Amino acid sequence: MTTLTLLAADGEFQAPGPEIFDFPPLYAGAPVWLNKPVLLAVLGALIVCVFAWTAFAKPKLVPRGVQNIGEYGYTFVRDQCARPFLGKDAERWMPLLLSIFMLILLWNFFGVIPVLQLPVNSHIAFPIIFAVTIYVIKIYLGIKHQGGIGYFKNMMFPPGLPKAVYILMAPLELISNLVLAPFTHAVRLFANMFAGHLILAFFASVGFHFLFEQLTPLGAPLGLVGFVMTTLMTGFEIFIQFLQAFLFTMLAAMYIGGSLHADH
Amino acid sequence: MTLAATLLAAEENNPLIPHTYELVIGGLAFLLVFVVVGKILTPRIQKTLAERTEAIEGGIQKAENAQAEAQAVLQQYRDKLNEARQEAARLREEAREQGAQIKADLREEAQTEARRIVEAAHAQIEADKAQALAQLRAEIGRLSTDLAGRIVGESLEDEARQRRVVDRFLEELEGSGTAVR
Repeated sequence: MTTLTLLAADGEFQAPGPEIFDFPPLYAGAPVWLNKPVLLAVLGALIVCVFAWTAFAKPKLVPRGVQNIGEYGYTFVRDQCARPFLGKDAERWMPLLLSIFMLILLWNFFGVIPVLQLPVNSHIAFPIIFAVTIYVIKIYLGIKHQGGIGYFKNMMFPPGLPKAVYILMAPLELISNLVLAPFTHAVRLFANMFAGHLILAFFASVGFHFLFEQLTPLGAPLGLVGFVMTTLMTGFEIFIQFLQAFLFTMLAAMYIGGSLHADH
Repeated sequence: MTLAATLLAAEENNPLIPHTYELVIGGLAFLLVFVVVGKILTPRIQKTLAERTEAIEGGIQKAENAQAEAQAVLQQYRDKLNEARQEAARLREEAREQGAQIKADLREEAQTEARRIVEAAHAQIEADKAQALAQLRAEIGRLSTDLAGRIVGESLEDEARQRRVVDRFLEELEGSGTAVR
């Protein structure tokens, strides 16, 4: 709202920038941390818990209602993320992977849910939590299953390459696995949500500005384009939000699988 | 919120720098979800899914067993039927053999009986003939003696002598008879 007020004051269209991700405390005098993203984060976690409880608390052999949806999600994560990378260990890691997938998915969907309209993962702190969790597990499992030296040896010296290549390969692999992987893991999710929200906000404010705030014969078609694009991009965003949740979970499974068995 | 404050906030916040409070609350939220969804609920649904798989596989197994059993029973019936047919054929064959045997036995018996009757008749005839000959011989002896006595006029009183004479006569008679024949 601050942005729009600002625009109205100028009477001239101004595209929304990164400031749309900044939120003041919910009410005057509230602690600084009590703002919209934090509220949405907690709300998302609670909804996920309630949903999962409805679906899985008393599972029936013949599923009904919410259990069907929950099972669909469970089998999706199990068959698309866990099993391809973890094989027999898939079931053991499903609690973590399912929790991550459901929470990220709902936090992403908040970006297109009316009124809420903010993907929680567009604040980098939240992707970082997941990525760091996976990173710690990855390193721990790698050292546990391949040995302290073995883990780094397998990482830096994948077998089957000419000796000279390792001079280039070893440091690259080390940086790739220990620095870039967790970084991209978190940033990929964050950046997609951040950019998606920015694009939606842009088209929405174009539509709002030229159709409601400054309705002129020349500006109206532009406002219409903004409106149509907002609708289309919302559909596209839903797809991206799902895709990123899926991708994040899949990569998590891949990192865990890579630490359990050094066979690549 | 004033314009200045908003702009200031925008400048302060780098989207790539996480807020500490977001890290803390996000971490707690994730922990909550992990405990409730991951630790409490996921094992339940895993158990149910495993049970369902088992139930389905069990059902399939049961159906397969039933089918195998039916197949076995059918095979059993077929075997029994076959056996019965063979048994019937065997019995028929046996009966035929027995019939033939009985026929042969009866024929044999009848032939033996016929032979026996014929032989008995032969024996009877021989005996009758012998008896007749003996009677004839005695008669002829007596007649001859009487005749000779009358002719010679001399009664041959002595029995023994009479017999000797008759025997001799008869031997001569038989000898001449044989020679003539």
